[in-house]
Amino acid sequence: MNDAAKKKYWKEYQKDIANDDYYYARSCIRQNFFPGSEETFLKILREVLGKNVFDDSHQTTCTGIAYHSSIVPQQTTMTVVARQFSLMNEAGYKNFIPSCVTSFGIYTEMMETWEHFPETMEKTKKHLKAATGRDFTLPENLVHTSDIIYKFRDIIAAKAKYKLINKATGKPLNVVDHIGCHYAKIFPEKGLGGAEYPVVLSGMVNAWGGKVVDYPERRHCCGFGFRQYIVKENRGYSLSNSKKKFDSMEPYKPDFIVANCPGCTYFMDRWQYTIAEMEGKTYGENGYGIPVLTYEEMAGLVLGFDPWKMGMQLHQVSVEPLLDKMGIKYDPADKYKDANGSFIGIPEKPNVLKVF
Amino acid sequence: MFTDKLKQDVRFIEGLKACINCGTCTAICPAAQFYNYDPRQIADTVQNGNDTEIEQLLKSDTIWYCGECLSCKTRCPRDNTPGYIVQALRSLSIKEGYYLLSEKGRQQLEIKRRVGDIMLKYGYCVYVDEIETGYHPEQGPIWDWYRANTESILKKLGANYKGSGAGTLRKIDKADMDELHKIFEETGAMQQFNKLEDEGHE
Repeated sequence: MNDAAKKKYWKEYQKDIANDDYYYARSCIRQNFFPGSEETFLKILREVLGKNVFDDSHQTTCTGIAYHSSIVPQQTTMTVVARQFSLMNEAGYKNFIPSCVTSFGIYTEMMETWEHFPETMEKTKKHLKAATGRDFTLPENLVHTSDIIYKFRDIIAAKAKYKLINKATGKPLNVVDHIGCHYAKIFPEKGLGGAEYPVVLSGMVNAWGGKVVDYPERRHCCGFGFRQYIVKENRGYSLSNSKKKFDSMEPYKPDFIVANCPGCTYFMDRWQYTIAEMEGKTYGENGYGIPVLTYEEMAGLVLGFDPWKMGMQLHQVSVEPLLDKMGIKYDPADKYKDANGSFIGIPEKPNVLKVF
Repeated sequence: MFTDKLKQDVRFIEGLKACINCGTCTAICPAAQFYNYDPRQIADTVQNGNDTEIEQLLKSDTIWYCGECLSCKTRCPRDNTPGYIVQALRSLSIKEGYYLLSEKGRQQLEIKRRVGDIMLKYGYCVYVDEIETGYHPEQGPIWDWYRANTESILKKLGANYKGSGAGTLRKIDKADMDELHKIFEETGAMQQFNKLEDEGHE
């Protein structure tokens, strides 16, 4: 294959990521379950990379969870998406970066629908105008926030305080990368590496010294399933899918799991606790779980951020085994202190899953 | 009749090009591994266009088993998306009132209350104050600790919990909430919520 052909062939596995001036669209799930991660992302972009990011107070849910649970019509989601783009226009930005993988899929799906069915774009314009008086234009660049960290992974590596290396043995940490389904399975051409070779997380892991674990169920869904999780009676679906992944990755002894989707991070953390309490089964070393990190937390640890200021005390699976392996200095007592340094009490311990 | 109605939904047109019944979607489908569920059969049924069979589908639990991971879209060798077909079937099932004839379909009211009402109240699809370990035991003791100390923990993390302006878990201004509500009214979400409530009570 000649160079021109190679370039053409691989183009569909690459994507353009804007260099600066981002309009940040927050994630409902990430804000609620990993409330320190979005602040960590903004700190990395602004203070470490020197980028301009606009954090808009006027945005709302994209309705993605409701859309995929079939409680709102597609036209509602389209019009809410149009309003978010209108807010971006109003703020003077062109590069839209959603924090949530479901949202990334939603924005991409609505833009593709408008392209394939132009009459839906006209209808959306009318609905948005009638409801809010607003007009909108599309972003010039739409990427997921993990794409931004991927783009600047080598700069972060150059500024790293810690590496994804076991300090005691000098060997790379074994890292499971879990990419949210809606990052590249709906629109493979919109994800770095497509659906076949997604590199958004493995690129970060490799750049920061770790070793990515390839295991049989690597690309299997975490099992969220929207209505399959939201309704308690259906939740076995969600749990079973995550269990399938844990059972598959266990022989490879991962030191931690990293995900770019906030929902996946949450489920893979909480289902380990559930499986431990229901069946007495734990997947980490010595009765602990496998720590599950957001990609912001992984980047923050590498850069030497305080784990307790990033909110890592809100994981049900303790992260201390990982911090110790990386040789990160932290104060165990700070985990249970408020912003003023006062002790706020400690959580109850699970019956089976060992925690710090 | 049902095919014409389904064709009014662009997701149906996008989702069904020409199914060759290869079963790749079923092989990759997480729902098919957990439920007695076969997306290949769904694609086959709607492609055949038999009204009686489609009506049975609209009244069944089957269309509610999909987890919408959209793995089927990645893998279909003919560019079909059974997940999109299911979205269109679910919408039609709600419009026609058939969702009430299946146990899984009737769960739509609960989802409306647990997600829809939260969106209308907070502007987020989920909100920390409304999540209890009673309904969500998988949250674990860490969640009870977080709920007991929400304000102080979030302050430490630099969040803007219930504050004005930008930031994590900020309170969304009334003007923005009003726009969200108006969009829901203008585009049919509010009417669908009312329908789920009214029919769920009958």
